[in-house]
Amino acid sequence: MDDTKVWIVIAALSIGSFLLRFSFLGLIGDRGMPEWLMRHLRYTAVAILPAMVTPLLIWPTDDSAAPVPERLAIAGTTLAVGYLTKNVFAAMGVALAAMVLTYWV
Amino acid sequence: MARMSAMSSFWRGFSGGLPFLLVVTPFAALFGVLATEAGLNLTQVMVFSLATFAGAAQFAALQLMQENAPTLIVLASALAVNLRVAMYSAAITPYLGEAPLWQRALAAFFLVDQPFALSTLEYEKRPELSIPARMAFYAGVLTPIAPAWYLCTYLGAVAGNAIPSGIGLDMALPLTFIAMLGPMMRTVAHVVAALTGIILAILFVSVPHNLGLILAGMGGMMAGAQAELILKRRGYHG
Repeated sequence: MDDTKVWIVIAALSIGSFLLRFSFLGLIGDRGMPEWLMRHLRYTAVAILPAMVTPLLIWPTDDSAAPVPERLAIAGTTLAVGYLTKNVFAAMGVALAAMVLTYWV
Repeated sequence: MARMSAMSSFWRGFSGGLPFLLVVTPFAALFGVLATEAGLNLTQVMVFSLATFAGAAQFAALQLMQENAPTLIVLASALAVNLRVAMYSAAITPYLGEAPLWQRALAAFFLVDQPFALSTLEYEKRPELSIPARMAFYAGVLTPIAPAWYLCTYLGAVAGNAIPSGIGLDMALPLTFIAMLGPMMRTVAHVVAALTGIILAILFVSVPHNLGLILAGMGGMMAGAQAELILKRRGYHG
């Protein structure tokens, strides 16, 4: 990975994250935010994470990757466990177990 | 009730923060491992965790750097993942807005899920708390969490150097995100946002420079917001 690029990302991401956190607390103050903006902010993470993951599952970049049906099965199981238990670590445990079964058994 | 001393508020925050070590430490260690596997050196991994203190956004940046996405896309996506902290900032300002600027800046630097959730709960429950007592509670929550985050990132990075690559770790990052997603699906609107993000990501996969990701994220976000409006109009609140 390109060193310069890594450092640029680290620097810009820390400044950006700080500004997001400092926005109201330090700059805007107690003036509230328009409701339509809050409504959109609520769904950014939940939209961008699956958008990032899906292509990785369908078009693996790594030659050593498991076949697509297996990948989708593991992903689906992980999602279902996370949804049903509301517990990130239960989901990660199941994902790990599924990966061990797929790659090493 | 009489005014609570800042000291007792600190310890209340501290004991409230302790259980969250169970959540924070594995995530930090995983970041250390995966960042090292992705090719970052120990200094980079540590500065990354120290300076951003951002959890999921760090994982997102890592994934996209591995895909060789343009720097602007890496940043836009990682910041989008972290946009919720702007909501936290808005929500906590009524309680901490009167504190000295340096304290607000420090609190802002560490504004993540756990101190936000615990502190706003405490401030609602005890509206009589003075500003110093509120700040003490906030600092108390972070006292176990922040050092553990850094220490476990370090341990993960050291362990990552010892783990050989090519053992299915290409799936580790995507699965981490998927595991985070399950519990995020709190309402129908969240599901709509996620599904729209997925469909658009597939449709836009050939858009150059990973711009498809940004378009899909924006589309999903707007779909979620619209779904919320429609559901509210029909009287759903779930």
